[in-house]
Amino acid sequence: MTDATVTQLRNRPRPDIEREPEDISRIGEISRPIGLWEGIFAITAVRRALVLVGLGIAWEVYARWVGNPLMFPSLSDTLSAWWADMSSGRLPGAAASSLRVLLIGYGTAIALSAVMTTLAVSTRVGTDLLATLTAMFNPLPAIAILPLALLWFGLGTSSIVFVIVHSVLWAVSLNTFTGFLSVSQTQRMAGRNYGLGGLRLVIFILIPAAFPSILAGLKIGWAFAWRTLIAAELVFGVSGNAAGLGWYIFEARNALETATVFAGLLTVILIGLAVEGIVFRSIEAATIRKWGMQNH
Amino acid sequence: MLATEKMPGVAVRAGVQTLLQVDGVTLQYKTRDRLVTATYRVSFDVKEQDRFILLGPSGCGKSTLLKCVAGFLSPTEGTMTLDGRVIDRPGPDRMMVFQEFDQLMPWLTVLDNVMFAMRRSGRFPKNEIRDRARRATVKVGLERFQDVYPHMLSGGMKQRVAIARALAMEPRILLMDEPFAALDALTRRRMQEELLELWDDVRFTLMFVTHSIEEAIILGSRILVLTPHPGQVRAELDATAYSHEHQGDAEFMAFNRKINGMLFGMQETAHD
Ligand SMILES: Nc1ncnc2c1ncn2[C@@H]1O[C@H](COP(=O)(O)OP(=O)(O)O)[C@@H](O)[C@H]1O
Ligand SMILES: [Mg+2]
Repeated sequence: MTDATVTQLRNRPRPDIEREPEDISRIGEISRPIGLWEGIFAITAVRRALVLVGLGIAWEVYARWVGNPLMFPSLSDTLSAWWADMSSGRLPGAAASSLRVLLIGYGTAIALSAVMTTLAVSTRVGTDLLATLTAMFNPLPAIAILPLALLWFGLGTSSIVFVIVHSVLWAVSLNTFTGFLSVSQTQRMAGRNYGLGGLRLVIFILIPAAFPSILAGLKIGWAFAWRTLIAAELVFGVSGNAAGLGWYIFEARNALETATVFAGLLTVILIGLAVEGIVFRSIEAATIRKWGMQNH
Repeated sequence: MLATEKMPGVAVRAGVQTLLQVDGVTLQYKTRDRLVTATYRVSFDVKEQDRFILLGPSGCGKSTLLKCVAGFLSPTEGTMTLDGRVIDRPGPDRMMVFQEFDQLMPWLTVLDNVMFAMRRSGRFPKNEIRDRARRATVKVGLERFQDVYPHMLSGGMKQRVAIARALAMEPRILLMDEPFAALDALTRRRMQEELLELWDDVRFTLMFVTHSIEEAIILGSRILVLTPHPGQVRAELDATAYSHEHQGDAEFMAFNRKINGMLFGMQETAHD
């Protein structure tokens, strides 16, 4: 074939094709539920639980192999110590006492942070104040100001609340303020179009629009508060009349009841997981995931 | 023939009240290192029930003008009055529909989005709000989606919600900033037709920004042609005679070419 005929063939118009689409009802399945096993493994909780079981087995096997309950008690020892103190009411009491202090500190910090970030979005002075304060205090570990807190507030709940507020406030404020700043100009203008301004703009537009960031800040703040609390309790133990989880761990260590120390740590982890997995997850599901502001 | 079609319209319009008066408005942006003039001494009047189009190339200051009418900016020179009162702040008597789909509140359902504006502005009796919002969503064909969150809607549907939300407020003037520019061609055309039907039904006053000559001719009753940056008035044209049905007609094409010539000098390519 010569080049000329090839070109000629290429340039020949190709015939049109038209088709009648088939009746959809005759095609059969268009969508179908996924298989049972695939469905089960798609559940995050199931996969995580499997990881947990694996870790538990590894712990038990290693502890038995080491065979030194004073240094490294096995999972079963830990669980029986945990169960004993749970049923005697000692652990629940310690946990409740810790949680009470925690909630006071966490709540106070959130209230303060709400005031500070609202000021920061509505006034230039507020912005500068917040930026400077967070830059200064965010890097300062909460435990480092505990001596000062003891000096000011004495040996008691208020000192712990003070350090918790310090550990939560800056993280939550920083996240909330960043969230406010990233709310789209269009959404702000839409809000102002309805005559919203000042505090009403913050409440009705900025807070819901920045909710993903705010929630992230609340989560980080919670983790900070929890760690700070346990650490503070470990340092000076009894807070007022009730002893918390940190004190419980400290006492058990002094008595060389290592399994009980582990039981205390386990409780700290369990409460942390419960708050993360139940409280924050349900808030997420009821808000940002329902609103399509988070995609998984 | 064109003239005879337009004459009655002109006669009727002559008696209509002026709603918005823009008089020698210069708009500037102050940035860190420069002063940008977006529009220079723009004047025009919008009458009741006008479908008033701001047409011009990208960057000529159309959005800036509209934002000024909405009250988000104030002019450095000249005045803008609505019903004789100087515009100095945003308000629900001038409702804005933006180009961006994120103008809806993602945390509210379609119906709540429509009700939100009505509640917050406090312009309507509490017991009427739900009914009014329902009627507005029905008008834009979204009765089946009232309880759905915005992220589950297509772009066209989101814009319909924004239009319903704005119209439910019964504003003196509806401001639209390229609301259909981010939609596909088919949806855009349907939305244009729906907007005209809605206008036939409600007879609101509309101010509509676009950079598409075709869209301007189809939607507008009056077209303000702006020059490239900084925007100045090049012409104010009557476009009552043209709609979708006339799109292929010789007059439509001629009108299109005329505007095209105004916008781009001698270039004679009449496309979107
Ligand atoms: N926030 C801003 N700051 C500084 N300059 C701006 C700002 N917004 C727009 N401009 C400038 O003003 C001019 C007009 O912009 P705009 O009104 O958005 O144009 P259009 O809507 O006609 O495309 C452009 O030159 C643009 O660069
Ligand atoms: Mg624009």
